[in-house]
Parts: sequence; C-alpha cells; structure tokens
Amino acid sequence: MTRIARRPFLGLMAGAFAAPSQLLAQSGPLRIEVTEGVIEPVPYAIPDFLAEGSGAGDYGARITRVIAANLSGTGLMREIPASAHVARISSFESPVQFADWRAINAQALITGAVQVSGQNLNVRFRLFDVSSGQQMGDGLQLDGRTDLWRRMAHRVSDQVYSRLTGESGYFDSRVVFIAESGSRENRRKQVAVMDQDGENVEFLTDGSALSFAPRFSPSGERVLFTSYETGFPRIYLMDLASRRRQVIGDQPGTMTFAPRFAPDGNSVIYSLSVGGTTDLYMLELDSGRRYQLTQTGAIDTAPSYSPNGNRVVFESDRQGTSQLYVMPAGGGSAERISHGQGRYSTPVWSPRGDLIAFTKSHAGRFHIGVMRTDGSNERLLTASFLDEGPTWAPNGRVIMFTREAAGGDPVLMSVDITGRNLRRIPTPGPASDPSWSPLMS
Amino acid sequence: MKLFTSAALLAAVLALAACSNPRGGMTDGTGPDNGIATTALGDPSDPTSIAHFNQRVGDRVHFVVDSSDLTGEAQSILRAQAAWLERNSQYQVLIEGHADERGTREYNVALGARRADAVQRFLVNQGVQSGRIRTVSYGKERPVEACPEQRCWDQNRRSVTVVSR
Repeated sequence: MTRIARRPFLGLMAGAFAAPSQLLAQSGPLRIEVTEGVIEPVPYAIPDFLAEGSGAGDYGARITRVIAANLSGTGLMREIPASAHVARISSFESPVQFADWRAINAQALITGAVQVSGQNLNVRFRLFDVSSGQQMGDGLQLDGRTDLWRRMAHRVSDQVYSRLTGESGYFDSRVVFIAESGSRENRRKQVAVMDQDGENVEFLTDGSALSFAPRFSPSGERVLFTSYETGFPRIYLMDLASRRRQVIGDQPGTMTFAPRFAPDGNSVIYSLSVGGTTDLYMLELDSGRRYQLTQTGAIDTAPSYSPNGNRVVFESDRQGTSQLYVMPAGGGSAERISHGQGRYSTPVWSPRGDLIAFTKSHAGRFHIGVMRTDGSNERLLTASFLDEGPTWAPNGRVIMFTREAAGGDPVLMSVDITGRNLRRIPTPGPASDPSWSPLMS
Repeated sequence: MKLFTSAALLAAVLALAACSNPRGGMTDGTGPDNGIATTALGDPSDPTSIAHFNQRVGDRVHFVVDSSDLTGEAQSILRAQAAWLERNSQYQVLIEGHADERGTREYNVALGARRADAVQRFLVNQGVQSGRIRTVSYGKERPVEACPEQRCWDQNRRSVTVVSR
C-alpha cells in the first residue's frame, strides 16, 4: 500500500481557510513514499520537451517518451496524456500557468527543452509541484553526445524520481542477463547486456558455450559469469569496454561457479565443487591468492556480500535442506537466518544494506521474497511455477528476477519491495539470470 | 574441432534415434568437448562398442529429489558399467551430473556435482581406475525431457556415464 504523503492537501486547504501558520507549517511538499505501497499513483503531466532551434528534430519528443515510460513504469505515478492537456508550454523560460495544470488534476509537472548543435545534445528540465505552484529543486541541464540521448532521458528520470520520492534513482543503469534460444534440451545461452528498460541489447558472448549467471562489478565496468567453454563450468571475468576476458579461480579437476564481486571490486567470492562437496572461496584479483571460506562437506553456494563488505550471505544444505546463512567475510561461524517452511536459495544483500532478497520454494511454488538481514520480517513478493534469482536495483527499492511459467520460456520480471507493480521487462527473446548494474551516473 | 565434435555427436544421436532406447538421444548435448576425443559409437551388437554400453549396459542412473543416494537399481546398473569398463579399458569416462528444473541454478550445479561424484566413487569402489574418470555437472541446464511434469523431472535427475576413447 503506497501512501501519497501530502499533508494536508495544500491547494485545497489554503483556498478554504485563511491558512493559520500552524497549518502552513504542517503542509509538506509533494512527496511519494515508495516503501508503503501506492493507493493511487500520482498524476503528472510531461508535455513534449520543446525542440529549440532547427537541429533538435524529434529528440524532445523521444526523450519525453523515455522519461514518461520510466516514471509511469514505477507504478508510483500516472501520466496525464497530452490529449487531456488544456495548456501548452510554448517557452521553457515562461512562467508556468499552474491553474491550467490544476484544471486537469496534475500534481506534478515536468517541463523541458532540447537543443542540438553538431553532435552535442543539450537537455534542460524543471519539475513543479502543481498544487503549491512551487518548483521542486533547481532546473538542470545536461549536455552529451546525441547518441547518448536515452541515457540523458534516464538521468532526467532519476532526478525527477529522486526529487519526488527522496530516494536515489535507478533508471540510468544496465542489466546483464542470459539471452536464451533454441530447444530446451540443447539451449543456447549467451551473456547479454541492456539498459534497465530493455533497450540497447548487446551480446557479450557468442553462444557457442553454455553460460549462466552473469554479475556486474561494483563499478559497472566488468562482468563475471560462468561458462562451459572448456566443457566444465569455469568463472570468466570480462572487461565490458574491451570485451577481453580471462578465466579466474580455475583449479584443474574442480568446477567453479556462482561468482560475485566484493563491494570494493578487488576480490571475487564463488563456489568450488570437488569430491561432491561445494565450498565458498575468495580470490584476490590482483594477487591471485585464494582463500577457502567454508568447509562443511555440504553445498555452500550463491554467496553475496553485505554492502560494507564485512559479511556474506549464502545458501547451504548443511542442515538438510537449502537455507540461508550469514558469516563474516573472512569465513568462520555461520548463523542460519531463514526459518520458515520450504527451501531458501540465491540470497542477495540489498545495496542499502537493510534487506536480503531470496528465492524460496515451498509446496511446489517458487517465490521471490525479502527479509531483514537477521532473517526477521520475511515477506514473499511473488509466487509462480518458477521464480528465481533476484537482483536489486541500485536504489534497493526494486527487484528484478527470472520467471518461468509451466512449459513456458523464461522472462525477466521486476517487482517493488512492497510486492506491487509486478512488470515484465522487454527482452528480444527468452531471458534469465538478470543482474543489475550500479547507477551509471 | 568443436564443430566437428558437435556434428559427430549429432550424427550419433540421429543414428541411434532409431534404436530401441525409449528416450531416444544417447548424449546429453554437452556442446563443446570435454578434452576427450569423440569416437564412433559402433554397433550395439558389438559388446566393446559405445553403443553397446549406452543401450545394453545402460549409461544413466536416476535420483530422487535433492538426493545423490544411489538406489538399488542405480547400483546394479553401475556395477554393470564398472564390469564393462574393466573389460574395455581403452575408454575414458566422463560422468555428467544433472538436476531437474525444480530448483535454483547454482544449487542444481552443486547438486549435479554431488551426483556425479557419488557415481564416480561407486565406480572406483568397483575397481575402475580413478584416473580414467572425470566429472562434470550441468545442473538443470540440459534436461533430457523438457515438460513441466513429474515424469520429466524424474528423467532429468540423473547421471550419465559418457565413454569415449
């Protein structure tokens, strides 16, 4: 349940009363609470950004559509379509006639303008609280190459989201995932990367070898994944800019998989299987030194660091079924944190540090859930035939995961940590194993 | 090399599809080779042929959910595999561990590794030289039967003993 926190409704109150000072002191600016679930999305208007000068072409309209798709896609906001607008923005600098926007019940108004000179695109925008007639934050301008127009739209979206919610944004980010094709029995699985909204898909491997579970580095410049290029699962580290890659942590006669970066990007934690047992190891990337972190004779896998790097959450079947455990980053005694019914796996620590997302299977159904880092307050956000592998948006408010319907192809989905706004992320074909990058900005 | 191997495997699968094996394909589509050369499967009537091993001896055993325990039936198949491997020492062995789709990806890789290891240990206890055997896990990535039903999941929780020269 999301609450629109406008206390009290300033426009109405101010009009109805002579506004004693206590009342004014209580009244707050437009603010969307993302953690409480929305009862009613906030209506907003975003007239097409003005194209200033002859070179701007349709960049204004295209940027506006990307911003609107981002904002409406959160489920926290609802766009009032241009066909319902009763006013036009004819100049970016002219004062806004708020009455025109109140008339269509817009609570937020975003105005903008674009200019193109040569290869440079200039985007300016402002955000207004329509009821109070106040601008929210300073107007901003962004400059960049024209081919970065989508990223600039994402940055504007992040600014608007951030000003309205008080949270950091997540739109200027990317997702690595596995693009799947071919028959189930001999699936082709390629590592691919795309913008968080499914645009600009690029393939990072050619699909000649089965690959799975790619993971972004904390800087967003490198990717880890597991591939069967040699016939055995091995961990690869790829530099995104050069596409160069190398095997890391290889130890002949073993299988290595489930890698994840430490928050400082200098080491990698992963699973190594030998002799039927799977333990956790840590590899320092510079020195190549390897440390064994667990040794229980059980399956210990899917490790994920806390954002401060001090602790690791992972899954283990050391007590029978798969459950979640937290231990110090250097190894040592692990504390079980999952206590509900069913099997728990693929835990991922929120970038905010407050929650752990996980996959749970129970009674023939699979769920994505979140719990506090001590295992309390477990909440299941989804349920289906097969949901698995959560990944956090950089702001820790949205989770993306893999969903597979019975007999269907896998798709990428996202859901708010409130359990609301379940959405499918567009991909060129079947897709699985998403991993969200940090905010690029 | 990879292309050649895949083509050879595919040809072998097609050739065998007409045989009596109820599940059709005899390999699990491992894609790239595992550093082990691929050879012709031969005729199942030739007791030293790979085709004989796959079809008459039985190249696979099945497991119950989340388990790597070898059932009585599995043990009797593996005893026959060990006996055949002792007689045919020219072959190398790759044991593939597989899981059904009702689990998460990483756990299933680890579970497949545990299953492959259980089979390896059994074969070594039966006298097969450990140096001839390698293991690999495919987790849930290579189902033989892709259907969202129990009967398919039962087929997919398996180890496959792949012999080659």
